[in-house]
Amino acid sequence: MTEFAGISQTTASQQMQHLGVPSDPTGDASIGILKTSMSPKRMALKRFVNHRAALISTIVLVCIIIFVALAPLTARYGVNESIFKAEANRPNQNLAPFDLAWFGTDGNGRDLYSRIIYGAQVSLLIGLFTAIGSVMLGTLVGGIAGYKGGWLDDILMRVTDIFLALPLLVVLVIVRGMLKNVSWVTTIMGEASSVRFLVILLTIIGWMGVARLIRGQVKQLKEREFVEAARALGATSKRIMFRHLLPNSVGQIMVALTFAVVGAIAAEATLSFFGYGPDAGSGMTSLGLLIRDSKKAVPPGYWWLVVFPGVFFIILSLCINFIGDGLRDAVDPKMQQELK
Amino acid sequence: MTDATLSIRDLRVTFKTLLGPVQAVRGVSLDVHPGEVLGVVGESGSGKSVSFLSVMGLLGKNAIIEGSAKVGDVELVGANQKAMRRVRGSDVAMIFQDPLSALNPVHRVGSQVAEMILAHQRGMSKDAAAKRAVELLDLVGIPQPEQRARQYAHEFSGGMRQRVMIAMAIANNPKVLIADEPTTALDVTVQAQILEVIDRIRKEMGTAVVLITHDLGVVARMADRVQVMYAGRVVERADVHNIFHGSRHPYTRGLLGSQPTLGNERLTPIPGAPPNMLQPPSGCAFRARCVHAAPECAGDLPELVQVGLTESACVRAHELEALV
Amino acid sequence: MLRFIVRRLLWAIPTLFIVTFVVYCALRLATNPLASYARANPRIAKQPEKMAQYIEENGLWPGIGGYIRGYFVWLKGFVTGNWQVSIKGSRPVWPNLKDALINTLRLGLMASLVGISIGLALGIFAALKPGRLRDTAVNTGALIGFSIQPFISAVLLQLFFAVQWSKWFGEPLLPTSGMYPPGHTGFDPVLMLKYMILPVIVVSIQTIAAYSRYMRASLLDVLNSDYLRTARSKGISERRVLVKHALRNAMVPIVTLAALDVGAIVGGLIISEAIFEYPGMGMFFLTAEANGDFPELMPWMVIVTSSVILFNLLADLAYAWLDPRIRLD
Repeated sequence: MTEFAGISQTTASQQMQHLGVPSDPTGDASIGILKTSMSPKRMALKRFVNHRAALISTIVLVCIIIFVALAPLTARYGVNESIFKAEANRPNQNLAPFDLAWFGTDGNGRDLYSRIIYGAQVSLLIGLFTAIGSVMLGTLVGGIAGYKGGWLDDILMRVTDIFLALPLLVVLVIVRGMLKNVSWVTTIMGEASSVRFLVILLTIIGWMGVARLIRGQVKQLKEREFVEAARALGATSKRIMFRHLLPNSVGQIMVALTFAVVGAIAAEATLSFFGYGPDAGSGMTSLGLLIRDSKKAVPPGYWWLVVFPGVFFIILSLCINFIGDGLRDAVDPKMQQELK
Repeated sequence: MTDATLSIRDLRVTFKTLLGPVQAVRGVSLDVHPGEVLGVVGESGSGKSVSFLSVMGLLGKNAIIEGSAKVGDVELVGANQKAMRRVRGSDVAMIFQDPLSALNPVHRVGSQVAEMILAHQRGMSKDAAAKRAVELLDLVGIPQPEQRARQYAHEFSGGMRQRVMIAMAIANNPKVLIADEPTTALDVTVQAQILEVIDRIRKEMGTAVVLITHDLGVVARMADRVQVMYAGRVVERADVHNIFHGSRHPYTRGLLGSQPTLGNERLTPIPGAPPNMLQPPSGCAFRARCVHAAPECAGDLPELVQVGLTESACVRAHELEALV
Repeated sequence: MLRFIVRRLLWAIPTLFIVTFVVYCALRLATNPLASYARANPRIAKQPEKMAQYIEENGLWPGIGGYIRGYFVWLKGFVTGNWQVSIKGSRPVWPNLKDALINTLRLGLMASLVGISIGLALGIFAALKPGRLRDTAVNTGALIGFSIQPFISAVLLQLFFAVQWSKWFGEPLLPTSGMYPPGHTGFDPVLMLKYMILPVIVVSIQTIAAYSRYMRASLLDVLNSDYLRTARSKGISERRVLVKHALRNAMVPIVTLAALDVGAIVGGLIISEAIFEYPGMGMFFLTAEANGDFPELMPWMVIVTSSVILFNLLADLAYAWLDPRIRLD
């Protein structure tokens, strides 16, 4: 990406090994040639900072988050407020961008710019809560399954195999339909059109990918010498998990969290787009709902209603994707992720 | 020494890395003569493999190579791809440490050997090359070569794989065979067999062999001359007997002392670790770990000087005899 | 090899059995076929005896026992070819489902062909000069591609090629919905291709992004391998090193992934089909789901899951075929 020629995603010491500097019993090549005072964490940080796109994306994302968090200040109108009262010779609907509404107005005369800010607020919260829930659940299940192995591991792999092989939208729609029709579920999760229901639904599906990632990581770590050594010294399973496996998986968990956020935001948008999303009553909106509305704006050619939410959505997910990519390169320089 | 088949002069290899330039090889010169075995000894990261990979043009694009390396009259440093390709595999061939990863897993062993032949012997038919490949496999001692030629690398044992690598390497009668830790990944009994094969080939074909290793036992058995490397430089050079019995460099002595031998129950390891080649120390790179270090060791980079029966790059080589 | 295939196919039977049972329960819970039937036939809904008859005929009994018995009623009908008729319109399901399947395969295979080949080309292009401008460009492009969700690219393309274009030039450049113009009958490949262009672009964006990254990673892995160094040390041409050694080895995981992806096509184009009103499996699913049409959704799910299972097997076979180290038994 931004590194020197030929050293793109590899650490210097790994590169040396590729180049044929052998690691033989007399010592480790990385000690031999590249004895540095840099800790792995600092190396990771350096790699992340060297990933120029990730760095820029972090800055942009932080700006977006600050901007969105300060919604009452940064938005020019309320989420459900028309820019002015419509009169016979002065309609407020579907106006192209002008000084009173920088991104134009929608079919109800509301300011699109303000609505994108409020919509992003909802989408980001959905993304964040879903990601945290998925990652916590996924790390727990994946960690235990990877560490214990056996039947628990088998079941996890079989079940997730099937769910991950089916089209995500189909799974989401059917699971949503099931949960919606069970009364005791809706008392916990709220109505099918609520944001809470959506977050729990996305978490129910979202943890599986994380669990498989963490399982793989734990399985790999388990075979490493320092874990073997800890076990040989009589450390308990609990101690090994919390002192050795978890801290060494933090990088992977961070990567999973990042991609879970963007995954959840996209899933929300997809569901909303097809009318399975949160209810737009009281004028509340999300990026998905804004994009759903843009579908209706295509035939009459209200381009602003299509372009602004769409481009904003692309920029937002691009930033998070870049950050995830940079994190992954920083944590796992050999990019083993791509190929499983 | 004008009859050298491989002649290297002041070779320098620098890697551009994330942390800065790494000076892996800092001025190495050597000659290899027909039919002789040159042992190159040193710890990991001493630059011994990198030197020869750079000669073969097998390093990545981040490696900067300076100096000169000639096979016969052909200069390899800075040579264009085409000239390089003509030499690789025909005049100079190489065997690597791990024969499993060095063989392509998805091609049959016989066709990998035949590919080597076809690359340099224009006009040879594919069938003839396949036949020759089987002969070569037979030559390096692979039983039932016809059937084995149709198998894949993963179906061979470690020793047999290394024999395949040797068969491939000698396919075009190379003048120089570079063996990069050819026995490190193998069992001791298999090691002996592989060394025997290499030795036989040297005798029968008159090939010059460069044997890169960290195992002094292998060197004692095989090499005619030995060159000891440390921190990207040659620190001592001599006939094999004189290295073992008349070394004039503290590092060589340290290596000998840390090698287990029968009767010598007490090993003396070399203290400390090799230097960081991002910022190689001035003067003698070994002085931080050297028991004989003196203020003058920090001066200029020591050059090889004839002292007694060896060439040593130790400033205090003359005093060493007395010191021990 | 043959034994492996037979055993895997035999294994597929219990797998399908369990999966279809789970799907049966999930779909019955999610669609509530009885309520859907009542909604679709308000007059029959007022006659309890007719409703009871519908329950008996289709095995829609309540409770866990009822679900299990109902599953076998459905299974018997499905296997013997006596499929339940759709709730909406009481039509036989297969003719529509078959058309939807063919249409989706047409679109999906086209998009895979375009997407995978462009993706692979870009991945190779990038991996040959790692760290250089082209590598950065392909990598960045792939991430941008990932970030463009199909529903966004679809509406943006529709806006540009149909609406804005006709504003500027009088008529739209490309059709934006359906497979043929309204009222068209018969088979017309040129017209069909024209209607497919935008959906194919939308689906390919993600495919190109994914495969350029897969290929780049796979090829970089191989390019750094010891056996590639051996190949170079032979003095063969760089072209031969790349084709015979690097690409041949790098393609092993790619072909496996591609097989899995093709298996997912059948149920995986819902978004683009819906937006471009393309009459495929996705449209079929969305319509049936909206109607709570259980008898239509069940065969749909069976086809989708069977395709996934079948292509999983094909992926394993392809893997073993391409990599002699893999033994199937």
